[in-house]
Amino acid sequence: MLAREKTFEIFNRVCKHSKADETEMITSGAKSSLTRFANNTITQNVSEENYVISVRVNFGGRTARATTNKFDDDSLQRVVESASALARVQDSDPDLLPIPDRSAFDPAGPIVARTYFETSKVGPVERAEGVAQMVDVAKKHNLTAAGTYATSESVEAIVNSKGLNAYHSQTSAEASITMIAGDSSGWQKANFPDVRDLDPAALAEVAARKAKDSAHPKELPPGKYTVILEPAAVLDLIGFMFWDWGGQAILDERSFLNNRIGERIFGENINITDDVYHPLQTGCPFDGEGVRRKRISLVENGVVQRLVFARGTAAKIAKSDYADKIGPVEATGHGFPIPNEIGEMPSNIVVASPDGKSKTVDQMISSAERAILVTRLWYIREVDPYEKILTGMTRDGTFLVENGRIQHGLLNFRFNQSLIHLLNNVVEMSQPVRSTGEESFDMVVPAMMVNDFNFTEVTKF
Amino acid sequence: MKEIANWVLDICSARGVQYAEARIVDERQRALATKNGKIGGASDAESLGIGIRVLANGAWGFAATEDLTRAGVETAARLALEIAHASAKVKQEDVRLAPEKAYQDDWSSPCRIDPFSISIEQNLDLLMKIDSELRGVEGVTLAETNLNFRRYEQWFYNTDGSDIHQLRHTTGVGYAAYSFEGSEIQKRSYPNSFGGQWQDRGYELVEELKLVENARRIGEEAVALHKADQCPEGRFDIVLDSSQLGLQIHESVGHPIELDRVLGMEANFAGTSFLTVDKLRNLKYGSDIVNVVADATEAHGPGLGTFKYDDEGVPGQCTPIISDGQFTGYLSSRETAHTIGENRSNGSMRAEGWNRTPMIRMTNISILPGPKPLTLEQLIASTDHGIFYQTNRSWSIDDKRYNFQFGTEIGWEIKGGKLTRMLKNPSYSGITTEFWNSMDAICSRDQWTLWGTPNCGKGQPQQVMGTGHGAAPARFRGVKVGTAYKGAE
Repeated sequence: MLAREKTFEIFNRVCKHSKADETEMITSGAKSSLTRFANNTITQNVSEENYVISVRVNFGGRTARATTNKFDDDSLQRVVESASALARVQDSDPDLLPIPDRSAFDPAGPIVARTYFETSKVGPVERAEGVAQMVDVAKKHNLTAAGTYATSESVEAIVNSKGLNAYHSQTSAEASITMIAGDSSGWQKANFPDVRDLDPAALAEVAARKAKDSAHPKELPPGKYTVILEPAAVLDLIGFMFWDWGGQAILDERSFLNNRIGERIFGENINITDDVYHPLQTGCPFDGEGVRRKRISLVENGVVQRLVFARGTAAKIAKSDYADKIGPVEATGHGFPIPNEIGEMPSNIVVASPDGKSKTVDQMISSAERAILVTRLWYIREVDPYEKILTGMTRDGTFLVENGRIQHGLLNFRFNQSLIHLLNNVVEMSQPVRSTGEESFDMVVPAMMVNDFNFTEVTKF
Repeated sequence: MKEIANWVLDICSARGVQYAEARIVDERQRALATKNGKIGGASDAESLGIGIRVLANGAWGFAATEDLTRAGVETAARLALEIAHASAKVKQEDVRLAPEKAYQDDWSSPCRIDPFSISIEQNLDLLMKIDSELRGVEGVTLAETNLNFRRYEQWFYNTDGSDIHQLRHTTGVGYAAYSFEGSEIQKRSYPNSFGGQWQDRGYELVEELKLVENARRIGEEAVALHKADQCPEGRFDIVLDSSQLGLQIHESVGHPIELDRVLGMEANFAGTSFLTVDKLRNLKYGSDIVNVVADATEAHGPGLGTFKYDDEGVPGQCTPIISDGQFTGYLSSRETAHTIGENRSNGSMRAEGWNRTPMIRMTNISILPGPKPLTLEQLIASTDHGIFYQTNRSWSIDDKRYNFQFGTEIGWEIKGGKLTRMLKNPSYSGITTEFWNSMDAICSRDQWTLWGTPNCGKGQPQQVMGTGHGAAPARFRGVKVGTAYKGAE
């Protein structure tokens, strides 16, 4: 693992080569391993250790970045020269801010401790044992299993010539499993910083049950249905809207929130925060410039309250026509490394019902006269950027619920669904849980029961 | 490099492995971008390291390191061996590799003008000129441009005795104009979405694309879309431009023919395939005029899937995938070839970089043009009533690659053999084999373009790969249109 002290040592050598007014260095990388299996056999088993440094130089309103994974003096000199060559020929940008000083990341602020020795010591034998647990469940149920068991120990750090330094490391243990029967399948996935929280056999049992319960799926015509979306399906859908949640997206007029901030655009039961300090969250407590992330209430009772801002975006917004129209404007610690085209986004999403009332998925099923239970969604893409219409498919466990019980599996659907309308039609939520999918980033989200979900086609399996 | 590889192969041979390979990759990238008259991105990146793949005790292990000292490389080799032995604890049968000859060779992709030799000032000047043209159109609210260059040099050695050096240059360039008005965001891109056109060539690609000359038209179309009629819903004859047909091939032919998917090896993430092995030479995939090849050879053109050897040392080949409408071939590897009765891989194993293990990936999956002269104008002229689709905007397909839905940035109604009104938010959907069987015309070679898709994701950990797709405009009869917006309120 690349230690904090090593990043200082590299940065000191970088600075010797830099003739820029200001210099910044981001370090990132990991020791990561992933064991992959299919047909009840380990098919791929990989491990890598790689760290990169990314140097940004500022010459009076001109900036650029260069990256290398080599830390010898020649490579460091080359990376500084590359960044400098890219920066020097630019026109000066009056909106480019100087790099932040050390006060941007107060080390006395909230601590996030997400590194576990138990996770970092997992090796190929332990990963194979984790896979064996899942495969054993498959064999017990006469199913075929495919999936992954992965661990990593990663680091992110930023140091600059104004004395800012911020360092974060964390571990991760993740298991994902698809159980396959003759004409059906079931899926589960989870990850945690501490490997002791991960229970591959339990995930495998749930996936196996879904595969068996959805055997011999029947066809239901497309149309609008009440759906029960499990947390992975919820996060994979709503993740598409957070790219629009930064001030730069508003300035660029590419956000579905343009002309909608301060309005109640979702149901009153929708509350969303961005909170890297939440106990179920993971991630780094500073942004691409080293600014400490703040906890931001994005949506309260269906009203879009706040956006997130990088330092530069906040300064531009303050001078724009939007200054008094989009809620409090300040650097919130959500910026991407500069230069970039996107600006910023919230990436530590927590969704919870306002009054803490909740129903478990089983209770939602029990209360449903007719609904479709969705385990997972797939290949979600944006159809309309302003109405936020998304298309995609159900996958690996789609069920008809009638009279409070799961009746049978269903052939998978294609949906075309506006996220705005979806978040106006949420009638029940579970307690939020740490959840992970494949189409978006990890979140802390509940399962949701949603009326009038728009399925437009049915596929052949 | 050979000395470094020998450290690996010596250790592996001493441990009695069935097979081992070492890939050393030295990669350099440059990315430049503008947004609304300012620099949106300016970055260089370089990466050097080694990936070691071993087959021991009938199972795979892979380890990668950026530490190219003898100690670093030997540690990684031992780790790969340790991983392979751990893999062997969960297996149903041993991995069997199809035999392959040893090759000693040196190859470079065609590159007339080294893109890294072009000054940064010249590149930024071009992007700013395009930006100025786009924003010169009233109503354009966001203009984005990009230029990307990559130099990818690889040294490959394996225990079969291969010693292969390959160098590829990739160039990508494009731009987009956005217009926000009322409750709509409309977008037009040139020459394609996904960052424009990408090929394994030098800067000569940039010079050929008439980038500045097309910018004003693209800006004007983005703005005009607000006043266009909504694409209707129903069944129509449709004509796809070559870039949209390229993506249609990628999603509904390229992915389902990946033999690892077919065999269930991607079931947890990318999915499986409707093309089970019993369908080989037993499925009418498309109409009689549908001919698709997987062609990695230089003769096919400078696509993102062109190489002389794949990443397990097998020569690039041309494999017929659909021949006169019949399904005739998969993309395979040394491990999977025997499952379809072949005794040799067709050379489709590719890795994103030194730190990723090779896996079956698309090469250049291209539809062959029609044999008789047919221009796009003639194709439209022979269409009584239909819709012409240009430039992809959204794409989605199920995990067996049956049901798809695509949207494009712009559409045009065809009436009486002529393009008439502009249509906004056009979409179409269907089932793969039904769709390809509805194709009744394809334009000729002079209308054919080898497009690059730079962002194909597959695998765990995910690998992003560039793939090539040659296509000419084509017509499909009676396709379902407009479903994307059906009932989406």
